Amino acid sequence: MSNTKNINDVSRSPSGVGGKLDFTITVYTENQVGLLNRIAIIFSRRKINIESLNVSPSEAEGIHRFTIVISETEDVVKKLCRQIEKQVEVLKAYHNTNDEIIWQEMALYKVPTDIIAEKVKVERLLHQHGARAVVIRKDYTIFETTGHREETEGLIKALEPYGLIEFVRSARVAIIKASNGFHEKLKEFEQTEPGEELVENEFLDKQDEVFTM
Amino acid sequence: METLEIIKDQKTAIKEPVSISGSQAVLEAFIAEGVHTVFGYPGGAIMPIYDALYDYNDKLKHILVRHEQGAIHAAQGFARTSGKVGAVFATSGPGATNLVTGLADAMIDSTPIVCVTGQVFAHLLGTDAFQETDVINITTPVTKWNYQITDATEIPHVLAKAFYIARTGRPGPVLIDITKNAQIQKIDYEGYKKCEHIRSYRPKPIVRKEYVEEAAKLINEAKKPFVIFGQGVILGKAEREFKAFIEKGGLPAAWTVLGLSALPTDHPLNVGMLGMHGNYGPNVLTNECDVLIAIGMRFDDRVTGRLDKYAKQAKIIHLDIDPAEIDKNVKTAVPVWGDCKETLPLLTKLIDKKEHKDWLNKFHEFTKKETEIVINDELHPTGEQLTMGEVIQLLNELTNGDAVIVTDVGQHQMVACRYAKFNQSKSNITSGGLGTMGFGLPAAIGAKYGAPERTVVAIIGDGGFQMTIQELGTIMQFGAAVKILILNNQFLGMVRQWQELFNDKRYSFVDIQSPDFVQVAKGYHIAGSKVSKREELKTALATMLDHKESYLLEVMVSKENNVFPMVPQGCSVSEIRLQ
Repeated sequence: MSNTKNINDVSRSPSGVGGKLDFTITVYTENQVGLLNRIAIIFSRRKINIESLNVSPSEAEGIHRFTIVISETEDVVKKLCRQIEKQVEVLKAYHNTNDEIIWQEMALYKVPTDIIAEKVKVERLLHQHGARAVVIRKDYTIFETTGHREETEGLIKALEPYGLIEFVRSARVAIIKASNGFHEKLKEFEQTEPGEELVENEFLDKQDEVFTM
Repeated sequence: METLEIIKDQKTAIKEPVSISGSQAVLEAFIAEGVHTVFGYPGGAIMPIYDALYDYNDKLKHILVRHEQGAIHAAQGFARTSGKVGAVFATSGPGATNLVTGLADAMIDSTPIVCVTGQVFAHLLGTDAFQETDVINITTPVTKWNYQITDATEIPHVLAKAFYIARTGRPGPVLIDITKNAQIQKIDYEGYKKCEHIRSYRPKPIVRKEYVEEAAKLINEAKKPFVIFGQGVILGKAEREFKAFIEKGGLPAAWTVLGLSALPTDHPLNVGMLGMHGNYGPNVLTNECDVLIAIGMRFDDRVTGRLDKYAKQAKIIHLDIDPAEIDKNVKTAVPVWGDCKETLPLLTKLIDKKEHKDWLNKFHEFTKKETEIVINDELHPTGEQLTMGEVIQLLNELTNGDAVIVTDVGQHQMVACRYAKFNQSKSNITSGGLGTMGFGLPAAIGAKYGAPERTVVAIIGDGGFQMTIQELGTIMQFGAAVKILILNNQFLGMVRQWQELFNDKRYSFVDIQSPDFVQVAKGYHIAGSKVSKREELKTALATMLDHKESYLLEVMVSKENNVFPMVPQGCSVSEIRLQ
């Protein structure tokens, strides 16, 4: 545990083995086909399971945002982030423990309508869990709730006795508490440094010959 | 008036868009990027590009290989001797999958390559069409970047990006897969514009002055500083800067297999080779130095041996262009991010002029012991059978260390790296990270095209030679004057050595039979001879070197010689065995 800077209970993974914590990796990228695979194989190559993955637009136009949750030691997570940043289309990768972010997951539950209608208890239960009905049909009703893992899981347990037909939960989405967003960073990335590139580019040194060919 | 002239010139330079095919756009891009040699093999899905190539014969030399693996290894050899981007054409399906080994090799050895593969028509993608494979996904883990083009309008800027990515930063292979419809499609071509910036891509991290200062301070305070360097010095074209650095600091320097030839062999501060079959002193003294300065190397397990016993006493300074390499395997005290071409002069300026005579002598003492126990027997054997080492030693005498030495993988590779002499950089071409048997012959062909004025000697074992032996056909047809030196010990020697040392001599499938190599070469109209006697060796080598064209010399060497010293797997570098 010594190499992890934060061992708050909230950020401890359920398994908590060998100093592993839940880390949320936030990756800012270009929007390109195949990039998801490029990022995913960085984990699978090291036999690391991705607990949850979400891809969405970000606050910056044209920049996509990956939110990846894994359970690992901070040392490993740091190395993974460097490997991710090494990919050509990745602008930046951040890693945070649970207490450094605000995060949510959404879940949907399908339950038989007749039971809901009959048993008032169920309705109370749903209210307790902050769930709301998305669809009400004769045969079934779909509820939605948003929260942390324990909360969405708590509702499954509570609904099971009443015949939960179907359940699904989304990936985690997270906002980093200390982040000022990506706008400023993006400006940095958009700066070109032609002077520096010129030194490096052997062909550009012979620009005249090359362009007249 | 002068200004007007220039404006007029520029106006004519911006040509009216011309209608050309996607295939022509590919070739225009190659030419604009300074490519003059392409290694490739045609097939159905790349036929439009080959059709266009027919008219570009005078500008773009195409070397028809005998297998796509040969094409990419040749491109690697080309890139490594020339310092330019190697270029490859292959067709879809099997053509593309045959590139995978070479891509993986180029990826791990940071070799700049651009491969263009044909692909089935865009409307057939995902239909299991004839010779369709998901090349992008197959090659993703072994490319620095890859991209599929389905619309020809993308070709100019995507290829510009491909070349830019391949050669900048830490170089690597890039694969561009182009569907057949895009190769045929006509586009309005407005000329080629080189790529100079990609928003999401930082080829070089910004040099942090405070780290350079910290590193200099550590070096100045060090009593036993030790430099270990890799291919980064060569890729950064920083050989001169590197030499100035170690000379000012009086710093003993040892190399990784890929760093070999960045510093002349007989430089007084060159203390030898690192790693599993490296020299005695550099390995043992890694665990005695007080400051370890790693330059453009990545602490491969073959270099470090057991990590938890690696240089634990030392403060480690790591210079690397790739931030992902810092702290990957070995924790550093000071990370000097950046291109060593820039960071080394900054560091040299700040370090004190010093000589570490006693410390350097320590390396020499180890060399003495290694010479007595290992090197003498290898280079001046008294037994009847030839050793690999004495062949290399004679070769050194005849080439004077000026040849490009290309090796395959195995015992001969380690012996060649240990004993070959080098005077100039970019002269040692070998498959270091991936350890690809079969690399030698095709890489040597490419190396010759990359450095046509130099003598290229391919040193290959009897096993590896048979993996890509078909490339003799490429030599026959295009005449690359490669000298092929086969060191035949009638075994898969390296595996045999391990079986002898660690598996109680249970020689499981290492007894490999070979054809008459000289006869095979003859079948390809390549001259050759075979020697097994010491007194014939020198003349035979001289004949090989003097021959104007390609030549194959098979040397029968001792069957069961082992390469020593050796750091057994799982052992610390200081536990290196001399016998």
